[in-house]
Amino acid sequence: MRLGYPESVKIIRVPCTGKVDALHLLRCFERGADGVLVVGCREGDCHYQSGNFRARKRVGEVGALLERIGVGGGRVRMVNLSSSDAPLFVRAAREFHEAVLAAGPNPVGRRRRPEPAPARAGAPNPPPQEAIRP
Amino acid sequence: MQGYVQMVKEGKYREALAIILEDLPLPGVLGRICPHGCETACRRAEKDEPVAIRDLKRLAADLADPREIPVPCAPPRPEAVAIVGSGPAGLSCAYHLARRGVRAVIFEALPQPGGMLRSGIPAHRLPRAVLDREIEVVTRLGVEIRTGVALGVDFGLEDLFGQGFRAVYLALGAHRGIELGIPGERGLGVRQGVDFLREVNLTGRAAVGRHVLIVGGGNVAIDVARSALRLGAPRVTILYRRTRAEMPAWEEEIRAAEEEGAAIVYLAAPQEILLEEGRVRGVRCIRMHLTEPDSSGRRRPVPVPGSEFEIDGDQVIAAIGQRPDLGALERIPGLSISRWGTVEADPVTGATGIPGVFAGGDLVTGPWVAIGAVAAGKEAAESIVRFLDGRDLAAGREPAAPGEMRHRPVPAAEPRRPRARMRELPVAARRGNFQEVELGFEEAEGRTEASRCLNCGYCCECFQCVRACLAEAVRHEERPRERRLAVGAVILAPGSRPFDPAPFADVFLYGRSPNVLTSLEFERLLSASGPTQGKLLRPSDGREPRRIAWLQCVGSRDINRSGNGYCSSVCCMYAIKDAMIAKEHAHGGLDCAVFYMDLRCFGKDYEKYLNRARDQAGVRFIPARVHSIEEVGPERALRLRWVDESGRAAAETFDLVVLSVGLQVEAATAELARRAGIDTDRYRFAVAPPFAPVATSRPGVFACGVFRGPKDIPSSVAEASAAAGLAGALLAPARFRLTPEAAPPPEGEIAGEPRIGVFVCHCGVNIAGVVDVEALAAFAAGLPGVVYTGRNLFTCSQDAQEQMKKAIAEHRLNRIVVAACSPKTHEPIFQESLVAVGLNKYLLEMANIRNQDSWVHAQAPERATAKARELVAMAVARAATLRPLREKRIAVHPRALVVGGGVAGLNAALTIAEQGYEVVVVEKEEALGGLARRLHTTIEGWEVQAYLAELIARVQGHPRIQVLTRALVVGFGGFKGNFTTELLVGPALYERKIEHGVLVLATGAVETRPEEPLYGKHPRVMTQLELGERLHGGSAGPWASVVMIQCVGSRNEKNPNCSRVCCQAAVKHAIALKRRDPDCRVWVLHRDIRTYGLLEEAYREARSLGVIFTRFEPERPPAVEERGEALAVRFRDPILDREVEVEADAVVLSAGMTPSDTEELASIVKFGRTPEGHLQEAHVKLRPVELPTEGLFICGTAHSPQLMTEAIAQGQAAASRAVTFLAQKELTLSAVTARVDAERCAACLVCVRACPYGVPRINAEGASEIDEALCHGCGICAAECPAKAIELNWYEDEQLLAKVDALMDALG
Repeated sequence: MRLGYPESVKIIRVPCTGKVDALHLLRCFERGADGVLVVGCREGDCHYQSGNFRARKRVGEVGALLERIGVGGGRVRMVNLSSSDAPLFVRAAREFHEAVLAAGPNPVGRRRRPEPAPARAGAPNPPPQEAIRP
Repeated sequence: MQGYVQMVKEGKYREALAIILEDLPLPGVLGRICPHGCETACRRAEKDEPVAIRDLKRLAADLADPREIPVPCAPPRPEAVAIVGSGPAGLSCAYHLARRGVRAVIFEALPQPGGMLRSGIPAHRLPRAVLDREIEVVTRLGVEIRTGVALGVDFGLEDLFGQGFRAVYLALGAHRGIELGIPGERGLGVRQGVDFLREVNLTGRAAVGRHVLIVGGGNVAIDVARSALRLGAPRVTILYRRTRAEMPAWEEEIRAAEEEGAAIVYLAAPQEILLEEGRVRGVRCIRMHLTEPDSSGRRRPVPVPGSEFEIDGDQVIAAIGQRPDLGALERIPGLSISRWGTVEADPVTGATGIPGVFAGGDLVTGPWVAIGAVAAGKEAAESIVRFLDGRDLAAGREPAAPGEMRHRPVPAAEPRRPRARMRELPVAARRGNFQEVELGFEEAEGRTEASRCLNCGYCCECFQCVRACLAEAVRHEERPRERRLAVGAVILAPGSRPFDPAPFADVFLYGRSPNVLTSLEFERLLSASGPTQGKLLRPSDGREPRRIAWLQCVGSRDINRSGNGYCSSVCCMYAIKDAMIAKEHAHGGLDCAVFYMDLRCFGKDYEKYLNRARDQAGVRFIPARVHSIEEVGPERALRLRWVDESGRAAAETFDLVVLSVGLQVEAATAELARRAGIDTDRYRFAVAPPFAPVATSRPGVFACGVFRGPKDIPSSVAEASAAAGLAGALLAPARFRLTPEAAPPPEGEIAGEPRIGVFVCHCGVNIAGVVDVEALAAFAAGLPGVVYTGRNLFTCSQDAQEQMKKAIAEHRLNRIVVAACSPKTHEPIFQESLVAVGLNKYLLEMANIRNQDSWVHAQAPERATAKARELVAMAVARAATLRPLREKRIAVHPRALVVGGGVAGLNAALTIAEQGYEVVVVEKEEALGGLARRLHTTIEGWEVQAYLAELIARVQGHPRIQVLTRALVVGFGGFKGNFTTELLVGPALYERKIEHGVLVLATGAVETRPEEPLYGKHPRVMTQLELGERLHGGSAGPWASVVMIQCVGSRNEKNPNCSRVCCQAAVKHAIALKRRDPDCRVWVLHRDIRTYGLLEEAYREARSLGVIFTRFEPERPPAVEERGEALAVRFRDPILDREVEVEADAVVLSAGMTPSDTEELASIVKFGRTPEGHLQEAHVKLRPVELPTEGLFICGTAHSPQLMTEAIAQGQAAASRAVTFLAQKELTLSAVTARVDAERCAACLVCVRACPYGVPRINAEGASEIDEALCHGCGICAAECPAKAIELNWYEDEQLLAKVDALMDALG
């Protein structure tokens, strides 16, 4: 359908939202992401039966933690939709983008990698993204 | 030509010229002087007038310069060809030779090139600038024109060969006027028209008299007359011996000559040119009259005796015809001259008697139209190239047989629109000059004219698609080919076409009102890729409709108009679905009303959908047939009128009306069936033999889908599988004989640093049109670990894949990143290429820069490019962490276990066994046959017990089938291809273990026990099955009246579904009762009669036999009361609109079907069930006979209530699907499975509890163990594991986090 959504959205593929670990979500915020959206199958339609329910629980827990430490619980959200429902995905992406814009930049800020990364000779850094750093 | 007309319509003049230039180099010339025979063929003339094709060709050449259109030419060849004559034939030949790489030199006797185009046609018809420009189109391709050199004067034919020309094309034309052959022709002031025109056209001058007499009636005569007038002749008279109607000159030319002052004397033949002192003083003519048409249909002129008369005049110009000037040719040996004074040449190839010498144009045909000469030149070029190549000149060049053209019919609704006329130079402005008279179209005018083209030739061959496809995949030159294939079975699945309501426009207003749509058109309106991008808008005014009506049974259940007596089976459901979607699309309230005869929601869970539509979404269902539709008001709303069940007239107005059109088999399909030698019924459906639903009347030929009778998708898919299964049984001995096996090279060691190759795909313009791919590749080259970057127009194309393989080998790449599209669709293609060069397929990573970038951020190319960089950086980072993974290969146990020995299970068993695999059938009862043991006759009249006995005998006698009766499944384990089932068999409960590769569940159903209080108490209250048994056993009646009550155990709160079979059972038994005793009164009390498909025929028969069908409301069900031996039934009759009571000797309850109890089995085997107890298939529509767990299949009434033939088809279908599994010698399991690090495992049981499939176990060492054959690869355990002891292959934490880190690094 090629419906447009904000370029701030970058998709990381997982087999099931049930695979999305709390540690994965936290790493995103630790490294300075302003928001993480977990997109799973519709409830009751999980390809692996119950993965999306587990994800929902974890997202809730991570949200509560983020809220407690002052990052903001609204920065992590889960939506459930079917892979054929492009308009719903686009709506969710736009709404979340707006919500993150409203929440402002992640107070953690952009961080270097926790452990020293190999030297990245010759890799030019692209200009920062307007959309993801409101 | 449809192509360039379309391009003019689009305003693409250069493209129009490019299309024309494919055929000829002179668009502006022919756009003026061509007699446009093509317009005679134009089918617009059937409506009003032909499209002005010629004038549109000219418009294209007026608005774009043909010299600027690039003409693709083959690489130059060494040979050169001489062409004698630079007229249309010579120019065309030179042009087409040049395009094929052959150099041509044209020799022209006159001082300027163009032949008759220049010397014969005056400038007021063909401006010199146009001619010069288009000759330049030819010379720009390297064609040389040498003027002022004449064959036979300046050079001879042998000289040309002597100079090294390899072939010669003679195109000298016909430039010599034919003499009148009357006295006085040698006098002063008498000359030939062609000579006169040549002088005028080459010098701009010629002497004219005070009264010019022109003899002839063709275009030359007219050209002479109009030229003479322009040169100042005060009087010009044309003498013609027939009438105007016979004049060969074009009507518009004659009219123009008259307007400009020429007089025409008809029926006058000159007898003598009168001279005075050797000078012309006049002509003596004789009056002619025309004879009646002779055998050839021509009216010959004959002189009227004594009617001689004289006309004064001082100049006579003869224009009665031309012929070739043969002076230079007559003496050439080997060249033969016809008796008409033309050169003889082969009509197809243009070859003359001299090898290497070809001839064409007027020289061969005599004077003819320019387009003919152009065509001859093109054909000659083909011949000359073949001659140079030493190929056969004629092979394959026979002209296409006429009648091959297929046309779209002229649409009836097409409005009449007059043809556009060009403006002309005013008559007063034409005197004394040769300015062009016809001024051409204005651009807008021309485009409107082009839009009159009906596109009747289907594809207009504008070749825009060829140019647009960067992969050069579109090939117009492909032609149908005949192939012969030796096959062991044929499956016909030709489908159907929706009924076309257009012929019944007076009833439905379809085609007259824009707001009446077919259901398919309405679906397009709801579709995101439809004409309104999924917005629900009314076609008449683009406003959102507030009220929509659906009319059911259009072209179905209608023997009156369409003749389709059957029910199309699918329309009720799609109408409900469309109403539901329409409501979702609507902003604010939308009223949806469905006008129906019976709501036929008989499929699995369909009734629930109907309930949702009615009770939750508020779709209105009105049991009525609308009798008239009319348009009302300026908004073109539609007023529907009908009579309700109680006989009251009703009317409502809607914004939109949707016609629920039925399915019907095309006439072309009937022809296919005839050629295949199979029987079809009167509706063209394939006839199936008894109990063989996908067989046909011819063994080895199978039919499935709607061709077998109207049906929905799940049934069609099941039938397709069944047909494949039966065909597979015929082909079993030949299995794998023609299957080539790929043998990939062994995988190399992956050691040392990652060497990453990045392949950036342009995807034509899909990606490259938005993302700066060059910059992206440069960026990728600088990423850590990247040692190679490449770009491809289409990375998935075969040649790009070969390049990728080469690059992998050359640069010793060990990780591959493809920045392209979705891995969902393309990952397997790239993985295959990796495997082909010995690279593990899990070393591939894709960055989706199309679906997730260029497509969705097309409006912001710079930001899309930045995002592409981030996506590629993420992919490269993950690629560096990838490790090769080993896919486990397991052997398949080539045996099937079928649970359930009913008709479905037995058919499944037989179909598997026939394909060469062992089967074990497990039946809990003592006898095989299931529910079918209680059935005796089908609605078609087939004997069930005879069939069942034969089926059981075939199963029991089959060497590959083992039957275990009184057997119970007590244990089930293993994984796909390797299951173990534990059974308790026989009265002794003997334990057995069966190892098998697949499991087919055919556990069946039973008749529901009715809850009606009198059932089981009163001997005259029975179920339909019991009635069938009594009818068979002779214990039914005699009864004077019988009442059947439908939906007793179905469509209620306890069982919301329809049991599908009861309506046909009631109809079947009602017919049987009526046939036995026509005086027996039979009532069927129903909610909807659901005799879908061809069962409708039986319903109609029952009514014609006098069976009374009465609808009741579920809120007011019929009440049965005991009246001694007999019974009474009270119900409300909706037509009488009152309560009635009927005495009944018997009451028959249509009790419906309940699936056999599978609760325990479900917990053993672990499969899902619907709330009603039916097994839940993997996908309702696309995988109807499979369970979600691989290797498990279902069929028959365990799936849903169904007829015996349907259960047979499902049994065969399940077998077919099962065999696709069994036929694999080995199964390859995905390597994306979870793996436990035993060192870290604390045996906390979290994974054991989290796994949806119960795979992890704590082993003897006290650590969790996950069987990779059982693991589904969801990764839930890995995420849950508190010790992080579990990793999911290919989605390891490090691999996912590498992406997060790369993204955040890239964002800085």
